[in-house]
Amino acid sequence: MKTIFERTPALSDAVTHYCPGCTHGIVHRLVAEALDELDLTGRTIGVAPVGCAVMAYNYFECDMVQAAHGRAPAVATGVKRTHPGSIVFTYQGDGDLAAIGTAETVHAAARGENITVIFINNAIYGMTGGQMAPTTMPAQVTQTSPYGRDVSKAGYPLRVSEMLATVDGARYIERVAVNSAANVKKAKAAIKKAFANQAAGNGFTLVEVLSTCPTNWGLDPVKALDWLKDNMMPYYPLGVYKDGAAPEAGGEA
Amino acid sequence: MAETILMKGNEAMAEAAVMAGCRHFFGYPITPQNEVAAYMSRRMPQVDGVYLQAESEIAAINMVLGASAAGARAMTSSSSPGVALKSEGLSYLAGCDLPAVVVNIQRGGPGLGSIQPSQADYFMATRGGGHGDFHMIVLAPNSVQEMFDCAFTAFDLADKYRMTVNILADGVLGQMMEPVVMNSPKMAELPAKDWAVTGTGGKRKSNIVNSLYLKPEALEQTNIERYKRYAVIEKEEARSESYLMDDAEICVTAYGASSRVARNAVDMAREKGVKAGLIRPITVWPFPKGVFLEAAGRVNSFVCVEMSMGQMIEDVELAIRCKKPVAFCGRTGGMIPDPEQVLAAIMKDGRLS
Repeated sequence: MKTIFERTPALSDAVTHYCPGCTHGIVHRLVAEALDELDLTGRTIGVAPVGCAVMAYNYFECDMVQAAHGRAPAVATGVKRTHPGSIVFTYQGDGDLAAIGTAETVHAAARGENITVIFINNAIYGMTGGQMAPTTMPAQVTQTSPYGRDVSKAGYPLRVSEMLATVDGARYIERVAVNSAANVKKAKAAIKKAFANQAAGNGFTLVEVLSTCPTNWGLDPVKALDWLKDNMMPYYPLGVYKDGAAPEAGGEA
Repeated sequence: MAETILMKGNEAMAEAAVMAGCRHFFGYPITPQNEVAAYMSRRMPQVDGVYLQAESEIAAINMVLGASAAGARAMTSSSSPGVALKSEGLSYLAGCDLPAVVVNIQRGGPGLGSIQPSQADYFMATRGGGHGDFHMIVLAPNSVQEMFDCAFTAFDLADKYRMTVNILADGVLGQMMEPVVMNSPKMAELPAKDWAVTGTGGKRKSNIVNSLYLKPEALEQTNIERYKRYAVIEKEEARSESYLMDDAEICVTAYGASSRVARNAVDMAREKGVKAGLIRPITVWPFPKGVFLEAAGRVNSFVCVEMSMGQMIEDVELAIRCKKPVAFCGRTGGMIPDPEQVLAAIMKDGRLS
């Protein structure tokens, strides 16, 4: 019998704990395929976050460290500085990366730390049951914004890719989405490009992936994909935000 | 023949760490430990090591965690308020069974406190210094030579038991200069770090460094196993120094900088004909309980000297099972007791006994 589809080797055969319709599974596979296609899996070390992807250490067939909430870029820094020839990635959600771990994220980028950050933006804290995240949309109802996010009291959603694009140490920043087959293909190309940049020693790379959380959004999986497109994409435009080396020190702007 | 050099305690310890094979130092500025980071920033590039100034104390300890998970001898240093911030990482290091060396050059607290020397972080150091069931080995040097020596001990113990070793010093020991014999002891035979994340190379199953257990039974069992290791450490690694204790009727006890003051006071008491002696814990976790319990059978009373409101005194009372009275003599907030004050406490207690 002819094999027409198989699991990519960097992905383990563990059954994931993700909810039905959640897009974490897609992104996991894209990361694994990118590593395998670039032949990097054997020298890859991943850092799992706190949040829904906390057990990512069971889902990738590479060495893994589980980090404290928000600290994955700091842990990844320690790993990378010990094994500069390895490929180090973090896989973090929006609460982990853009709230409690903002400092670690920004400064890893500022140092031009040669790591790759996979940033899942689904506009909510998933694992803890759907609280307001730094990326929660204005007026979005969550467990802790039951009347909708009131920007006059709870502030505005943070645009991480735009912010990091202003940091000289960042080499490659792109925002993608996994709401359609076409966008999944583009997301994979972005993730692959990020790892290729790291393998070339180019510095900090981050791919922000707009993702869905049907369970905590209270939508079925298909409606969740629509919600992402209609609500998140206008606020978080897809595209490449940074692609190139930092300006020379003291050079002309 | 080893070289003898006049050095600050902070720099002596930093150099010893490099000699012990530490090639990864992650720091953050805070007084009075800045000499450690400054020394490392100079020294590490000379030995192809990594000096990295982190964006925060929390980032620094998590970088240590990453480097340690990757198999390196990694270190960070700070002072009291900074070490408090590191408590998250200390707990994760324990939960992941990772070796690390963390230095606390203590200053006065609570809060921003003062930048003068203190011993008020004894509870924080000996009671784990973070959430959950765990301990750190806590070394308490009392001279620049011991600051140097204890760096070797710290890395060896950390690797041997896969846990954090806390060097608990203070502003006096960090800042003062004394001659140091730069002896490099033979490294202990240590187990291979086959658990480290290095990349599988496609040749082995993946290594996972993790502190999460979804099943409470599994976490309980892991903690029980870890405490079995702690029991071995309590038995094997407790260290102390006894001075004039053979015929002592009153036992003075102190660690670190205050033990130097206490020792002077013991000498002064002896000159006055009072049979005082000194027990100086060199590890404060594990606490050298046996030495104290044995002394409690012979002396009439204890005087505990600390640069705090009285923290180690609780361990002394526990160690001797409250068999004899324990008086407290201390200064706090960055103040240092003087020998006359300690002598007065000895004489008061001496009269009582």
